[in-house]
Amino acid sequence: MKVSVLIRPKEGILDPQGQAVERALPALGFQGVTHVRVGRLVELEVADVAEVGAMCEKLLANPLIEDYEVIPAP
Amino acid sequence: MRFGVIRFPGSCDETDALLACRRYGDAELLWHGDRDLKGVDAVVVPGGFSYGDYLRVGAIARFSPVMESVIEFAASGGHVLGICNGFQVLCEARLLPGALLPNHGRRFVCRQVDLEVANVNTPFTSACQPGQLLSIPVKHFTGRFHAPDEVLEGMEAHGQIILRYAEGNNPNGSERDIAGVTNEAGNVMGLMPHPEHAVDPLTGSADGGLLFESLSRQTVPA
Repeated sequence: MKVSVLIRPKEGILDPQGQAVERALPALGFQGVTHVRVGRLVELEVADVAEVGAMCEKLLANPLIEDYEVIPAP
Repeated sequence: MRFGVIRFPGSCDETDALLACRRYGDAELLWHGDRDLKGVDAVVVPGGFSYGDYLRVGAIARFSPVMESVIEFAASGGHVLGICNGFQVLCEARLLPGALLPNHGRRFVCRQVDLEVANVNTPFTSACQPGQLLSIPVKHFTGRFHAPDEVLEGMEAHGQIILRYAEGNNPNGSERDIAGVTNEAGNVMGLMPHPEHAVDPLTGSADGGLLFESLSRQTVPA
């Protein structure tokens, strides 16, 4: 089964990459952009989707600094 | 005192760490794929880009065979020093509290910084004077120490914050100017600056040697 895992910096943790993107957009004429957060996307094919949470806790994310969201492919 | 310095694929400071250790004792390299710590008295996890920093700094190295042995070694009271990427690996291995995040300035920093010794009652700083300033270089992109407030409070209470960037010297936005920490038991230390690059006055400062000297004074179990 195909699964996507979205990993984001936790709320409240300074995200310098997001800030840089947020500052770059107005320079290109895009106004009104706020709260940009940059994370990463991990795509996997797994035999047992129930194991993905444990994979995130142990390796794919660091729960101290990152939130993750498991999204099964439609 | 016999030091073991781990070499991961992507390590780059293991040779300097080895030479620094040899000023104060014997030292040999340990290979990331071996579980055997060769009976060393202390382990140094050196700087570099272990496993290419893939996924997250330190995330993959933390599962290497040698780290399984290091985790057991630390649990039985063995001394472990993580420098830069080694610090990141020890945090990922949960041997140290907190995590390292990208520098607030979004830039790789490479410069000499002043560190203040905040606790000399540790196996890593016993050769230092209270409040002593150490001049040691940093070179990293991911060195901003972070831990939840309640964890930081606990670390303060237990004297686990042993090195801080001196005023005006915080190069990465680390919380509370934290440069080096220990675990609660006090036998595992991590720091972002590179003491192994500051052991010879020829290169500007020998202050980093105090950490290796402190460790070398530890009694070796018979």
